[in-house]
Amino acid sequence: MCLAVPGRVLSVEDQDGTTMAQVDFGGLRKEVCLAYIPDVQIGEYVIVHVGFAIQRLDEKSALDTLANFEKLGILEEEFGDGFALAAKQAGEPR
Amino acid sequence: MKYLDEFSDPVLAGKLVEQIHAVTTQPWSMMEVCGGQTHSIIRHGIDQLLPEGVEMIHGPGCPVCVTPLEIIDKALAIAQQPGVIFCSFGDMLRVPGSSEDLFSIKSAGGDVRVVYSPLDALKLARENPDRQVVFFGIGFETTAPANAMTVYQAKKQGIPNFSLLVSHVLVPPAMAAIMDSPKCRVQAFLAAGHVCSVMGTSEYPALTEKYKVPIVVTGFEPLDILEGIRRTVIQLESGRHELENAYSRAVTAEGNLPAMAMLRDVFEVTDRTWRGIGMIPQSGWKLSERYAEYDAEARFSVTDIHTDESALCRSGEVLQGLIKPHECAAFGKECTPRKPLGATMVSSEGACAAYYTYRRLDHLELSETRLVDSR
Amino acid sequence: MSNDLDFEGWVCPLPLRDTPTIVMGHGGGGAMSGELIEQLFLPAFGGAARAELGDSAVLEVPAGRLAFSTDSFVVKPMFFPGGCIGDLAVNGTVNDLAMSGATPLYLSTAFILAEGTPITDIGRVAMAIGKAAEVAGVQLVTGDTKVVDSGSGDGIFINTAGIGVIPDGVDISPARAQVGDAVLVSGDIGVHGIAVMSCREGLEFGTTVESDCAPLHGLVADMLATGVDVHVLRDPTRGGVSATLNEIAKASGVGVELVEKDLPIQAEVKDACGLLGLDPLQVANEGKLIAIVAAEDAEEVLAAMRQHPRGAGARRIGTCVAEHPQMVVARTGLGGTRVVDLPIGEQLPRIC
Repeated sequence: MCLAVPGRVLSVEDQDGTTMAQVDFGGLRKEVCLAYIPDVQIGEYVIVHVGFAIQRLDEKSALDTLANFEKLGILEEEFGDGFALAAKQAGEPR
Repeated sequence: MKYLDEFSDPVLAGKLVEQIHAVTTQPWSMMEVCGGQTHSIIRHGIDQLLPEGVEMIHGPGCPVCVTPLEIIDKALAIAQQPGVIFCSFGDMLRVPGSSEDLFSIKSAGGDVRVVYSPLDALKLARENPDRQVVFFGIGFETTAPANAMTVYQAKKQGIPNFSLLVSHVLVPPAMAAIMDSPKCRVQAFLAAGHVCSVMGTSEYPALTEKYKVPIVVTGFEPLDILEGIRRTVIQLESGRHELENAYSRAVTAEGNLPAMAMLRDVFEVTDRTWRGIGMIPQSGWKLSERYAEYDAEARFSVTDIHTDESALCRSGEVLQGLIKPHECAAFGKECTPRKPLGATMVSSEGACAAYYTYRRLDHLELSETRLVDSR
Repeated sequence: MSNDLDFEGWVCPLPLRDTPTIVMGHGGGGAMSGELIEQLFLPAFGGAARAELGDSAVLEVPAGRLAFSTDSFVVKPMFFPGGCIGDLAVNGTVNDLAMSGATPLYLSTAFILAEGTPITDIGRVAMAIGKAAEVAGVQLVTGDTKVVDSGSGDGIFINTAGIGVIPDGVDISPARAQVGDAVLVSGDIGVHGIAVMSCREGLEFGTTVESDCAPLHGLVADMLATGVDVHVLRDPTRGGVSATLNEIAKASGVGVELVEKDLPIQAEVKDACGLLGLDPLQVANEGKLIAIVAAEDAEEVLAAMRQHPRGAGARRIGTCVAEHPQMVVARTGLGGTRVVDLPIGEQLPRIC
């Protein structure tokens, strides 16, 4: 439904009262409207859809998620089965 | 791209697939609501990696698929008017109305332009004060803030020659409509990650409670989708029905507050017809009174265009997982990807279009049931 | 490929009769048409042009089979990173000839110009044509210019036709792919289409990606010099690798299985496709070829390709199979499969 990709904010400027930014997508640069993430810092990642940043990307959360995937098999050995794992994860904050 | 490629890692994907197999003891049917996720599932062949019996029902979350015939006909009528520059996302150009599509309007001399962002359309309006610039404002909650901003800016900057043809639809009411269908087969939902990036997750606990279904907010990369499926199966297997967020890097519970405030200002909730499904009460947005002057339907007097959906097309039942595409009498005959009658054949990810393509794959080493069941 | 023409310094030598843009008279066959040829096209074409540029060219051709090809070029925008419509007009036809194994010799160039087109644009395009012809080693032997009145601004449309000679013993055809054959590609895919898209109105994005537009007959000659029986050669232009392989699968009655992780795709092209919702397999190329050879010959041909600057990134990307005849299927990075369909029309950015 909604193609949106993460990019890094390179620079921010005011255009006619709207916050616009140059955002880097792995080497490509595109102008993006930051009106909906007004307090973004240069160097932060935002999720961009049709030229608008719709949310900031939480880098710590991204790395945590990947680290959890890495641990999957190991956890299973530790807890015996998927249900025990599920029980453990059910205790995680959401 | 950073924070994209890492989530396609085949080794980690293998781990997740293994986990899904380990926790699955019986068949389950879950719906990925979002067309972007459907695209990803097909693009990466994810459905072929799932345990026998774990079925993905492709939901109605594709704005191209669900934009009703009537709105397309209105778009065509506006785009044909002299002096109009009609701007659209690329997705909509090939979607047929009753008799033609935006491409044919363009080839007949209409000024139809593809833009990446609705702001590009506003820019065209500024640069061409003697022309009427209309933007085709389709999409779900993810796209609505972008479209809302253009109308807000047009008003603020005093750009009178800009207007919006609005066809915005909302996800939670559609999920409720699917669950209310008497023959509903959906046991759980992967919720649309980017819709939740904007709107947060506050609308979903009521749905998990009312319909006793797990809802897992899910992202779009292969690992995201596999994780969404894994968490959903774990909930189903243990008899729970809760809201979980498996896309926490892009989704917060409260959503994007400035975007939501803009949506409340520019739009108001209205009944919307979904192509192939019919009218779902309170399932869309129209421009609010404050911005009524930017409504293209009123400006170009196309409000009285009324078009019925094809009587042959059963895409509504396909979208709800009630029939398989080939069980529709028009499938492959009156209705093909080149000449689609309904939503699910329009988009290349639509269930009918995908099935039309894969049906020819008789020799692919996939079980016939898998092909039939997941497409 | 990047060419180092100094367009900025281009000063039109034509006594313009006070018209900085094309007018109907330039296509009328009279004095203005003559001046356009004498004072713009010929100097811009440089050494690649036959001075007479007559109604028909009388050509010396060596004995053997002739390859004959024609193609028209209408690209918007006319100028894009790494080239322009002029480069495409030469290399497009040169490559169509090369894909039959021919050595290209002669090209015709026919222009249809819209009224209102800046003369300087035509000069830049003509210079690019001359330069590309020189690089490709072909002669521009005949041509034509017409002007159409235009309600929609400027435009240059070019048709080129070309003649080449096919060496003895070469039999390359899209119908010769056989089950078990290897599918090779000469380098990174999707580059040209992304370069053009990056400056298309309404889509503009900053990128270092430049068109790969280049002549390929030298690369083909090196491949044929190995003595290997090359079954199929195609340049995957519009519709990209996907359209080309679908055509080959249909013509040969084989299935094609691609391995996605083996596809050479530059990071920036991949990211642009991610941003716009495009499939790199469906994005156009203008300096790449697809070759199909027997599996046991693949390594030898790849080694020869990699020795040539246009084939440095050559790789095997798949296999012709007996399963799913006339269809192209890709094995995804996760081990699933997907059908690689023929694109229906032009590639459009998606939001969904």
